[in-house]
Amino acid sequence: MTGQPFPVEAGHIMMFARAIGDEHPAYQGKTALAPPTFTMASAHYDPDYHLRPKQGEEWFGSGGGPGTMTEGGGGLHAEQHFEYHRPVRAGETLYSRTVPGRSWEKQGRTGRLLFSERITEYRDADGAPVVSAVTVAVVPEGPATPKDAR
Amino acid sequence: MSLKTDEIKVGETRGCVLVEDLKRTRIVQYAGASGDFNPLHTDERFAVEAAGYPGVFAHGMLTMGMTGRVLTDWVGPEALLRYGVRFKAQVWPGDTLTATATVASVEDTGAGPVAHFSLRTVNQDGVEVVTGTATARLEP
Repeated sequence: MTGQPFPVEAGHIMMFARAIGDEHPAYQGKTALAPPTFTMASAHYDPDYHLRPKQGEEWFGSGGGPGTMTEGGGGLHAEQHFEYHRPVRAGETLYSRTVPGRSWEKQGRTGRLLFSERITEYRDADGAPVVSAVTVAVVPEGPATPKDAR
Repeated sequence: MSLKTDEIKVGETRGCVLVEDLKRTRIVQYAGASGDFNPLHTDERFAVEAAGYPGVFAHGMLTMGMTGRVLTDWVGPEALLRYGVRFKAQVWPGDTLTATATVASVEDTGAGPVAHFSLRTVNQDGVEVVTGTATARLEP
């Protein structure tokens, strides 16, 4: 099977279930089921994932200074969709492949908003589809604008 | 473990408090588990001084992950066929979130009966932070 391997581990599911505050017994133990949004955590296994500090590379968060907002760093998560072909269980390895989807723009309150999709297919060792995930990101065009007040 | 068709009715609704007074540490916990270490969510100084936000805010996926519980507690952890959301507003430390799922329709598909849900998660001011839909398999 080709694609980025994502070993689904019981300890990882435990940590993820705790983080989302879901103590359902199905998410516990050696043969735990994965919660519905768990495949997002495959980011840990993506060697190039840009939102994880890496040894020997500059990280954009604060240290001695406040850090730097990267180009296009104003991007936010607009939508997320999952389609489940079967449940995911600890002990198996999934293989993911991500391709760009549609992109479009919309007029927002403070300027144009650029939307883009990324489609990730998670398959099992036999190549059968397990989870299809669509991420929609939105980036405001142009210079940084005042952010929503709290 | 799924629900039976006669155990669910169109218009039926379930609600659940997902979190009260969301703590920053909880956001850090999600960053660690999910692998999304974007400092917008965990680094107050970066969020304020570099990014121009009033402070850190939760990952949309933390809210989506928490919202999933209102569904899986109802239909079971293996019954979901689809789950999708739109992130409508930011979730800040201190927020209290409540999710509601409503049965929009029950449909007999070629592969068996399914229930379609609408979802809504609001903060303590009643502002929608997440809206969405889901489909779950039912036992005939």
